[in-house]
Amino acid sequence: MTRYTKDHEWVRMEGDLAVIGISTYAVEQLGDVVFVELPGEGKDFTAHAAMATVESAKAASDVYAPISGQIAAANAALSDKPELVNEAPEGVGWFVKIKPSNPAEIEALMDAGAYADYVKGL
Amino acid sequence: MRYLPLTDADRKEMLAVIGVKSVDALYRDVPESALLKDLVDLPTLQGEIDVHRHMQALAEKNTPAGRTAFFLGAGAYRHHVPATVDHIIQRSEFLTAYTPYQPEIAQGTLQALYEFQSQVAMLLDMEVANASMYDGSTACAEAAMMAARATKRQKIVFSGGVHPHYVETARTACEALGLDVLVLPAAIDDEAAVAKHLDANVAAVIVQSPNVFGVITDLRKIAEAARTAGALMVATFTEAVAFGAIEPGGSYGADIVCGEGQSIGNALGFGGPYVGLFAVKEKLIRQMPGRVAGETLDAEGKRGFVLTLSTREQHIRREKATSNICTNSGLCQLAWTVHMTLLGEGGLRRLAQLNHEKAIALADALSQVAGVEVLTKRFFNELAVKLPRRAQEVVDALANKGVIGGVAVSRLSPRANMDNVLIACATEMNTDADIALYAKSLHEVLQ
Amino acid sequence: MRIETTSGNHGLQQAEPLIFETGHATGTGVDLATPKGGADRFGGLGRKAGLDLPGLSEPETMRHYVRLSQKNYAIDLGLFPLGSCTMKHNPRLNERVARFEGFADLHPLQPTSTVQGAIEVMDELAHWLCTLTGMPAVALSPKAGAHGEMCGMLAIKAALRARGEGEKRKRVLVPSSAHGTNPATAAAAGFTIDEIAGRDDGRVHIDDVKAKLGADVAAIMITNPNTCGLFEREIKNIADAVHEAGGYFYCDGANYNAIVARVRPGDLGVDAMHINLHKTFSTPHGGGGPGAGPTVLSAALAPFAPTPHIIKRAKGYDLREHADGTQAFGRMCAFHGQMGMFTRALAYMMSHGSDGLRQVAEDAVLNANYLLSRLRQHYHAPFGEGPCMHEVLFDDSSIRPKGVETIDIAKALLDEGYHPFTTYFPLVVHGAMLIEPTETEPKRELDRFVDVMIALAERVNAGEIAYFKSAPRLAPMRRLDETRAARQPKLRWKRGDNKTAIAAE
Repeated sequence: MTRYTKDHEWVRMEGDLAVIGISTYAVEQLGDVVFVELPGEGKDFTAHAAMATVESAKAASDVYAPISGQIAAANAALSDKPELVNEAPEGVGWFVKIKPSNPAEIEALMDAGAYADYVKGL
Repeated sequence: MRYLPLTDADRKEMLAVIGVKSVDALYRDVPESALLKDLVDLPTLQGEIDVHRHMQALAEKNTPAGRTAFFLGAGAYRHHVPATVDHIIQRSEFLTAYTPYQPEIAQGTLQALYEFQSQVAMLLDMEVANASMYDGSTACAEAAMMAARATKRQKIVFSGGVHPHYVETARTACEALGLDVLVLPAAIDDEAAVAKHLDANVAAVIVQSPNVFGVITDLRKIAEAARTAGALMVATFTEAVAFGAIEPGGSYGADIVCGEGQSIGNALGFGGPYVGLFAVKEKLIRQMPGRVAGETLDAEGKRGFVLTLSTREQHIRREKATSNICTNSGLCQLAWTVHMTLLGEGGLRRLAQLNHEKAIALADALSQVAGVEVLTKRFFNELAVKLPRRAQEVVDALANKGVIGGVAVSRLSPRANMDNVLIACATEMNTDADIALYAKSLHEVLQ
Repeated sequence: MRIETTSGNHGLQQAEPLIFETGHATGTGVDLATPKGGADRFGGLGRKAGLDLPGLSEPETMRHYVRLSQKNYAIDLGLFPLGSCTMKHNPRLNERVARFEGFADLHPLQPTSTVQGAIEVMDELAHWLCTLTGMPAVALSPKAGAHGEMCGMLAIKAALRARGEGEKRKRVLVPSSAHGTNPATAAAAGFTIDEIAGRDDGRVHIDDVKAKLGADVAAIMITNPNTCGLFEREIKNIADAVHEAGGYFYCDGANYNAIVARVRPGDLGVDAMHINLHKTFSTPHGGGGPGAGPTVLSAALAPFAPTPHIIKRAKGYDLREHADGTQAFGRMCAFHGQMGMFTRALAYMMSHGSDGLRQVAEDAVLNANYLLSRLRQHYHAPFGEGPCMHEVLFDDSSIRPKGVETIDIAKALLDEGYHPFTTYFPLVVHGAMLIEPTETEPKRELDRFVDVMIALAERVNAGEIAYFKSAPRLAPMRRLDETRAARQPKLRWKRGDNKTAIAAE
């Protein structure tokens, strides 16, 4: 079950890791993604901390950790093919996998329906 | 007024369209006490004749380098700039163009930038170069800050051979950021000393070759030591023509090569504007400051050029930018690339060789003067010369004889403890007669 | 669409390859003396790395760059309405003066007795800048506007340290409408940035400033007139509040053209302000530089000005080049600054005089307000109820509902023979169009521009979206793929590059 933040990150559990990326709405606002800067494995983040950056030709945006935890993996495919983020932002365009330190944080985020309503109101 | 096309009739008509009685009404947001009623206390309008006369009189109070036997370098060099260069940079479409943010109508600027970047990378034997910095000294400062970002370390070590102005400029910028700057004592020939200070805190060692004393150094071992310690080696320079004859920093494995490009295409100009050259290894591109042009295609599949990797820059990243830089050196960078195109590889190599031969002649002539010792053994076109007296006095006395013999180290660096050393330079512009006059005058001054 | 020709040329527009594709290593446009030959003294460190630099003969070089020049728009060609850039006419007298042998052929380290006239130029320029701005001191050495901002912020930092408050005061207040160089500079100077939102009238409000002031505030950085083209009404009160709270007032002088010789920043409480000689004082933009950013300083900051300092003695001028014995915060660059820009700017100032400069500001403001008056029915001016200063701001609220964006208007302007206005800046309105005509535009040029803008608005209203999305069609190139340039950065030519292979991909 995918959950969303107000800053347009998504997170869903796959096994005991949380996969994280940015939403389709975010990607539409950004335009063509040209570069993604991801944190290294083993780095710890608390929820809401700036974790990564995503760049288009004309803009750079911070991506925030939706939940607290430690980076287990970063999507290496994005360094050669940043366009994966445009093609499948909620699929193969994922950013990082985190080992959550507090799984309850995910429940507090918006589900798909609530996020869709939130985006409508923007 | 000759630059103001609006007539009084225009102004009246426009005010009517706007719907106000006078232009003062348009300044209504200015606090009353701050809106000046009278003219500022400065001279009023002057025509070309008077301005020309005034500026001419000021210019004539100076002694142009070419009217002397001129042997001064130390960061700015007197070379011949072909007549074509000045013609091209004064074309309206280059002189009065803006930064190429609208690439469809700026391909002239952008292609020249791409060619410039390529020429700089080739000259310095590096993978990538940017569109130029303000000058060599600020390029050096930016290199230090870039190294800190790239390594996430806090300390910068300068050799005792880097130009003191470069050190001071970089120190000012680095200390503002909270970086730790270590400057080794002035040393004629010891770039390698920086390696002794490598530790886990050092982001970069900054060396110069040819250094401010003219000495050329093999930087390979320093680069390896830096790499082993997880630091970067920044190889800086002040005389770009040197690399037509000697190995550039890139060949020694430098991570960043940066310095002054003024020698090519640009006059001495009393210190500016100049053009900073900045080149890095490809893996460091995203940390590189300044503008950069890149190749791409247009909607019809034709090759064109655009400014790219803009997300490093201040107009997008704001406080997270790689640097606060907005401008590059535009026209000076164009002059550089035009001159380099006129030279070509053959021309540059020949120019470099001529410079070196003049420097050899100078070294030999000065060595013959009693009490004078040329300290620089391996050089391109600059020499550190040890005198039996205070160099500043000698420089002043030589000037009275129409010889600009160089600069006293004490002027650049009062604490260097080298009060008897001067730095002299020879270029292709020096004649044998100049060199003979220098030696003769030096002999007379030292009597 | 475009006619295909054999040569790739289109009339006067010439297709021109890279020098690496036409030149070769033995080509050259200079004749140098033959070297003597003989042993070198490089100590074995002669160049082994290849060079591969192409050379061209003089006629080929001339053609290469003349052909390139024909692909550039320029002020000398037409209106360049870029907000905050002040694209005014570049007088040619300035070019002549800068090239006098007595200025151009001077080395910065010549004995000062041989360069008295050069230092006098610097001193005269300093006098003009200080008198115009009502400030007691100026640091001439910054090499660009952003460099001047750094100079001002470092002077503030030094002043705070001298007061023993260097560690305590690290926060700098910056309006959200500020140019990116402001926060970038503050960060590079070691400060943290605290943003102040503007209000509905496009200005910074004293209450919002006061709410953010505190014992940890080092300074406020304000552009005045601001980036929306408006004079900050409360500027004096803001300055007073900041001073009372123990902070300093940095003013970004990018928009000084609106108030030169009419308002003195010193009278507004400014502590430091950089002046862009390449904006207000007409030194050429040169395709991106060089700039010059001398920074005027208040009495409180003057002691911290960077070296070199000009010393005037009875017997003549001296340059103090080292900070020892002074409170100078350091050095901004090697040597003395952008001398080539000093001579040009001084010639410009003298040509105008105090009366001419006053007229410059007034005509700049008049021209911008004329555009506002004539365009306001066709485009939305978010702060248009009152007068603007030297530039006028529109947003995209009138065009976006019709499916046209600011960038589309900009590209359509290219076909009409104009460089577009500044787009998407300031960030505080959506789809910003910031227009600064400057005082060197004749009325008929303004009227023609207005006619074009109105015609474009009519096309928007008529729903001609395709017209905009396919623009430009008449410029030397069509829209360029900036995504591709960023995803696959190709920043230099390499041997083995094939021109046709790239186009064929």
